Amino acid sequence: MASRNIPIKYTEIFINNKFVKSIDGKVFSVIDSANEQKICDVQEGDEADINLAVEAAKNAFRFGSPWRTMDASKRGSLMYKLVELASRDKDYLARLETLHNGKPLAESQADVEFSIGCLRHYAGWADKIHGSVIPSDGPHMTITRKEPVGVVGQIIPWNYPLLMTAWKWGPALATGCTIVMKPSVNTPLTTLHMAALSKEAGFPDGVINIVPGRGSTAGNALSKHMDVNKIAFTGSTAIGKKIMKVAAETNLKRVSLELGGKSPLIILPDADIDEAVSFSQDAIYVTMGQCCSAGSRTLVHESIYDEFVKKSVEAAKKRKIGDPFEKDVNHGPMVSEKQFKRVMSYIETGKKEGAKIETGGNRWGTKGYFIEPTIFTEVKDSMEIARDEIFGPVQLIFKFSSMEEAFERANRTYYGLAAGIVTKNIDSALMFAQKVQAGSVWVNCWNSQRPQTPFGGYKESGFGRDLGEEGLNNYLETKTITIRVPQKNS
Amino acid sequence: MDASMRGYLLNRLADLMERDRTYLASLETLDNGKPYGISYTVDVPGSIKVLRYYAGWADKNHGKTIPIDGNYFAYTRHEPVGVCGQIIPWNFPLLMQSWKLGPALAAGNVVVMKPAEQTPLTALYVAQLIKEAGFPAGVVNIVPGFGAAGAAISEHMDVDKVAFTGSTEVGHRIQQAAGRSNLKRVTLELGGKSPCIVLKDSDIATAVDQAHFGLFFNHGQCCCAGSRTFVEEAIYDEFVERSAEKAKQKTLGNPFDLRTEQGPQIDEEQMARILSLIDSGKQEGATLLAGGGRHGDKGFFVQPTVFADVQDNMQIAREEIFGPVQQIIKFKDMDELIRRANNTIYGLASAIFTKDINKAMYLSQGIRAGTVWINCYNVLGAQTPFGGFKMSGIGRENGEYGLEAYTEVKTVIAAIPQKNS
Repeated sequence: MASRNIPIKYTEIFINNKFVKSIDGKVFSVIDSANEQKICDVQEGDEADINLAVEAAKNAFRFGSPWRTMDASKRGSLMYKLVELASRDKDYLARLETLHNGKPLAESQADVEFSIGCLRHYAGWADKIHGSVIPSDGPHMTITRKEPVGVVGQIIPWNYPLLMTAWKWGPALATGCTIVMKPSVNTPLTTLHMAALSKEAGFPDGVINIVPGRGSTAGNALSKHMDVNKIAFTGSTAIGKKIMKVAAETNLKRVSLELGGKSPLIILPDADIDEAVSFSQDAIYVTMGQCCSAGSRTLVHESIYDEFVKKSVEAAKKRKIGDPFEKDVNHGPMVSEKQFKRVMSYIETGKKEGAKIETGGNRWGTKGYFIEPTIFTEVKDSMEIARDEIFGPVQLIFKFSSMEEAFERANRTYYGLAAGIVTKNIDSALMFAQKVQAGSVWVNCWNSQRPQTPFGGYKESGFGRDLGEEGLNNYLETKTITIRVPQKNS
Repeated sequence: MDASMRGYLLNRLADLMERDRTYLASLETLDNGKPYGISYTVDVPGSIKVLRYYAGWADKNHGKTIPIDGNYFAYTRHEPVGVCGQIIPWNFPLLMQSWKLGPALAAGNVVVMKPAEQTPLTALYVAQLIKEAGFPAGVVNIVPGFGAAGAAISEHMDVDKVAFTGSTEVGHRIQQAAGRSNLKRVTLELGGKSPCIVLKDSDIATAVDQAHFGLFFNHGQCCCAGSRTFVEEAIYDEFVERSAEKAKQKTLGNPFDLRTEQGPQIDEEQMARILSLIDSGKQEGATLLAGGGRHGDKGFFVQPTVFADVQDNMQIAREEIFGPVQQIIKFKDMDELIRRANNTIYGLASAIFTKDINKAMYLSQGIRAGTVWINCYNVLGAQTPFGGFKMSGIGRENGEYGLEAYTEVKTVIAAIPQKNS
């Protein structure tokens, strides 16, 4: 295995621009899932630490504070500075990401570029958030102010730790909010490094605070806190529901959720089969299937089905599994033992339910949480593996005879995060784009989220959008101001 | 090229201007004559800020998807207009270059720019920085020249749009040329005779300071100069006395000397014109309280000049002087005020000094000007649109609005089998 000579600089809770230990002294271990070795210990935050962090964020947000009185363009300048520093450290960040997450280094490098692009995009929005001047009835001048919503809690997952940090910080900082972020206990390290960079960039004390910890303790504390004005969560649908419930029970903090998916990719008969196979493989195997927007249901027209399955099996077998730091490896381990067990259990379920394994289905090697790229066919829509989000490298290939049938089946799910279609036919593409109940529709591509494109779910995949101008809406509160005037003129 | 990449290049250019700011500020003062302290703290940073502002817009110029009647999928593409001719003046050479390049390049256009013959040097230095930043060849082209070069741009059949900042007189000619040739889109930012209104309830010291700043900044060579200062009768005499005193205290001299507050006018032609208008003021019976002539005998310096008892029909009250000459005019009641403030072919800017919210609201609605300043003057930002009503121009620069002139909207309508909401 390649040497892991990656110095870990930041392993503590970050509050008011200082790294501090947890109040009760707890720590948790971060594991390298490629070799099952401990990387380091990190301070574990609980409710008391969350309370301190929220206090700091609230103070940084008080009326008259440096952050509140700062020019909007200056918020943008600080963000551009953060971009500069992240670019300076991008090689280190990519390696650190692969170390604690397990994804191939090339994927981490792409994540770093996307993260930088996202922060850059939002740096540009800072001084472009406009309210309105409204011709209201009566002798009035009516304007709307778009204010930052306030102290925002941000709970991010382990599959794209750095990217999710950027997706959340971007709009929050551009709009002028202050942040308490809880990264996953699986993958806190790149977020903590970014925290250090934010201090170096010059963000005032308390604008960004990071409390690594568990969902049931730190996450729960954040969700119920009476001084947190808004919570943003990316993770499973089950936890998303809990968070929404807790928010309602406490102070009605605004909620945005980016949850799971069981996204369909439809291959029409006029598709180029090689291209379609390539898309569908990327759609399911990127990050070893640990992607909310994974294309986990591939629906193929019966006329090209057999060839598609054959070529998919060939392509899956060609994936190079191994140490994610090694060149040419494009398939790493699952993020943790727990996730590994969960996916293996679904594979067993699939076999028991009567689906056919075309390739894979086993653990790879004896050390590290590796699962072979797996393909199931003869899957019925009613099977558990067809309905539940597996979150692993398990492709399900379904057959359909008519386009209408495919579109119907695409929508038969509680989820609605993404959907794709491979076809040259403009009518088919546009009809699908209208009909499918998904927040992102990809035509002849997959995972085309970019800093500019809003992303989020229909139905139980969540609500609210990340990225683009829309991403700002989660972090704004509209205040309508009406001034009586002696006489209104148009 | 990704739109975001255009933004990246604009930020690169801003970085390079930041790197070379001392040189740029020196070159600007050498070429234009404005005090070095101002070039360094206002013109250069202001230019950089505008470029950074528009760098942020590059990947945010959104078209729309639109619910049209019928089985159609309709949307608009926001495309660049194309080849943009940009003719810029000599009063803020670097700043005007950035105001023009920012939105044009953010929106994906290509540019042929003609800087003023009096002040081409900073524009040409920036051209070199544009190359260093990595803009593709041909995206920005700079041709220093006289009016003939400007006319060539305005008449050219392959120029899709012309943007001009300068005198109203030349603005007329450019629009006519556009009409005669290929109907190229035209935006103009022209002259002004902006009213600066001081009510009796204002803080007099602030009003005197700001009114003075509003007129004398850049040696009066500002399109938005507050060149008609309307003061309410009750405080008129005190206001006039304080203003004259302030004008007399100004330090003129070598613009590279940091103690200098006012440098020379741009050239002999401008100086002669200003002096001639000062003479007309004397002859038409205005009361001269400060200055009134040339300062020294070397360099195009004009004494800071203050006229009181100015009547609306005097030449100095109607024509744009573009020099350090302040006209203080008396008014009695609010209704005549709006009529008199609007009694001009121009409509670029205005200011109101008052603590009364009702009067501020009333006047800011009634004055026909592109910018209204309340208890301040000459506050301009990259974020806020600027431009003229009436003969002060057409179109707005800066802010999101500034993108409109550089965007051509294409509507695309595709038939689909069945439209669903």
